[in-house]
Amino acid sequence: MTDARRSTQTSVRSPQHSERSGQMRDTHRSASTCDAQHSAQTRGRRTPAPPPDPLLESLPFPLAARQLLQNQQLRANLRHATHTIRSKRKSVVAELPHWEELRSAGAAMKDRALCSLDSYLEQLEANLIQNGAQVHWASDAAEAQRIVTCLIKAHGVDEVVKIKSMVTQEIELNEALEAEGIAAWETDLAELIVQLGHDRPSNILVPAIHRNRDEVREIFLREMKLYGQAAPDDLDNDPEDLAACARNHLREKFLRAKVALSGANFAVADTGTLVIVESEGNGRMCLTLPDVLISITGIEKVIPTVEDLEIVLQLLPRSSTGERMNPYTSMWTGVTPGDGPQEVHVVLVDNGRTRVLADPIGRAALRCIRCAACMHICPVYERVGGHAYGSVYPGPIGSVLTPQLRGLKSVLDKSLPYASSLCGACAEVCPVKIPLPDLLLHLRRRVVDEVKRRHVGLEQTAMRCVGWVMGSGRRFGLVGRLAGWTRIFIRRDFITHLPWLGKRWTARRDMRMPARVSFRRAWRRRARDKK
Amino acid sequence: MTANIQKKVALFATCINDVMFPDTCMATVRLLERLGCRVCFPPQQTCCGQMFTNTGYFNEAIASVRACASAFEPYEYVVGPSGSCVGSLREQHPLLAELSGDTALQQTVKAVVDKTYELTEFLVDVLGIEDVGAYFPHTVVFHQSCHSLRVARLGDRPRRLMEKVRGLTLLPLEADDQCCGFGGTFSVKNPDLSAAMVSEKARCVAKSGAEYLVTVDNACLMNIGGALHRDGIAVRTIHLAEILCSQECERDEPHVCHPQPNRALLTHNKGEKDGRVGGGAP
Ligand code: SF4
Repeated sequence: MTDARRSTQTSVRSPQHSERSGQMRDTHRSASTCDAQHSAQTRGRRTPAPPPDPLLESLPFPLAARQLLQNQQLRANLRHATHTIRSKRKSVVAELPHWEELRSAGAAMKDRALCSLDSYLEQLEANLIQNGAQVHWASDAAEAQRIVTCLIKAHGVDEVVKIKSMVTQEIELNEALEAEGIAAWETDLAELIVQLGHDRPSNILVPAIHRNRDEVREIFLREMKLYGQAAPDDLDNDPEDLAACARNHLREKFLRAKVALSGANFAVADTGTLVIVESEGNGRMCLTLPDVLISITGIEKVIPTVEDLEIVLQLLPRSSTGERMNPYTSMWTGVTPGDGPQEVHVVLVDNGRTRVLADPIGRAALRCIRCAACMHICPVYERVGGHAYGSVYPGPIGSVLTPQLRGLKSVLDKSLPYASSLCGACAEVCPVKIPLPDLLLHLRRRVVDEVKRRHVGLEQTAMRCVGWVMGSGRRFGLVGRLAGWTRIFIRRDFITHLPWLGKRWTARRDMRMPARVSFRRAWRRRARDKK
Repeated sequence: MTANIQKKVALFATCINDVMFPDTCMATVRLLERLGCRVCFPPQQTCCGQMFTNTGYFNEAIASVRACASAFEPYEYVVGPSGSCVGSLREQHPLLAELSGDTALQQTVKAVVDKTYELTEFLVDVLGIEDVGAYFPHTVVFHQSCHSLRVARLGDRPRRLMEKVRGLTLLPLEADDQCCGFGGTFSVKNPDLSAAMVSEKARCVAKSGAEYLVTVDNACLMNIGGALHRDGIAVRTIHLAEILCSQECERDEPHVCHPQPNRALLTHNKGEKDGRVGGGAP
């Protein structure tokens, strides 16, 4: 029955398509709310265009943060969303008396997988092949894009449905497919909002965390009609209405699709099973309806045994959405004859992961199970959101993973390890106990060492001088004394304007003046008086 | 209390307290002496080196590690009135010593780490005292600094000590576990974010209606206090050591009742001359 339905859908697809793209142009031109830049870009495209600037050329973190901090709506949306999800996490985690043991078990299990990643990957490959799947290896983004494009083209289709997947975002698959004339439709509600909004995800779990309901409603009304089933004119901003609208819009795409793309939350080496954990059921649709399933996954997603799922399936839902159990957990092992996709491909992507693995300290970042707890708890992320991080991985994990994956080359990547006040809240919630502040420090050190290799900077000189002072109590005492002397000229306890870099401090707050008499001297006087 | 006589304690003043907040160090000394300890100040000490380590300058921090190790080695206990600096000494110094490749330093550092305590830890865990006989008739809010919570892991010790202070009323502080946005060089490397964070903290403090904002880390006080001062919010800042040191006397200013008031030291918490801050005492 499914097949019959699919074939009718397929037969009407082509005319519908050409008709739609014509309609798309017209409506787009008349859509007053849609800004001109995007309309121009969208013309001739199959899917909504993302923002024009490539991620890698984003501003360094502090400058991007400065811009984003101005957006009061964004800050309000983020604050509301992060605080809600934070407290949900907190309460469900508190229900498990053995939470800390679970975290340790999660960390140990992922470490075990990473320590012998090569043999687990081979085991995974062998088991996948044995179960009828085809395995492809991609060393970088370009290779992964090529593999997926060829596979899709081999089936003569120009449209695929997608389950939300971080690695496909990382390798910018959608745009690569678009360039080849293939439309990749996001089917996760939040990803759909992002895609239709000509936007980028700002969170790995809740990609549209920066949007509120009214914005979502507006996007649906404006964009859905350009790419398929239109949103009803009387669409409400009520979450249920919005979800129903998205479901309606996606339904025809699900039924038409011959090929689906997915990621994987876990890849079980000893059985060759891939696992997807989701909430909306769109994943289940993608994994079961189409004929061909292409799963793209980072090589660090491997876990040794099926029993290990016991740990991560407890850790992940509670840490991410704050649920005791996620609504849908799908597992598939290669091809099951007569049931679900009859052609299954698995693309194993490196794209910098081996480089991360080579760093004995930095590799802890590969334990990440992408729960987003670290970003939801982060006071920095809470204020600027994900777009400031110039990568698909924002928040504390982004600050340690992105520069490692990309190799600490750009100014942006060098600024990421500094995008934290080191408050440590992230490490406290991470379900696999990634010591995020330690990793941030480690990367800061790598940044400094790299800069040092090239030239003697001002900061480095200053640090060296202060370091020399701090090498001796006598020298530091002298500095304290000099600092006290400033009180002869400035009698106030606070100063409101500092010169040069100090401006960055006094832009927002006053600076306390040093004490007239340092403790060191006071102590000496006291000892003298005692005698 | 007298049972603790002869506990020989080296004061780890920390650089910021030494130069900016000598009152805190003096209060720590007086408090410990009042509880029967013999306090010394080894003058070779400088700072914990966090400013270097946390900015990525690991090698530059090693000189501070050496200074601390040689200063504190001879003592039975090392006590510092700062969660952040004590945390750094305990968590970062062993790593830095290892990095230096100097095995003797590594051993000294290990020995020092094992006997280093934050003030509230020393009071509660080593001396076994929660009621230090303090009197502070004011309303306060407590900002649990991130490093005292997550690096030094002081837990509820500061609160337990505060609960036993006569006259003190501890008011709730909204979002009390949120970072104040100081973060060392973070405040100059990411000035806009740091400003946004401290603004929110200052707003919560102002909303609390307390007379004093208390922490166990003066670096946070320097940050939040600077914002309060800028905004003209009449909440005064004070380190917990100074509260624990103050005792009952005719006037309820914290420093007046010290056995040997040192006028030169009374620079900060006196009430400001420009009248924007202060006047909190009833
Ligand atoms: S680093 Fe930890 S907390 Fe952050 S997303 Fe990964 S697993 Fe979750």
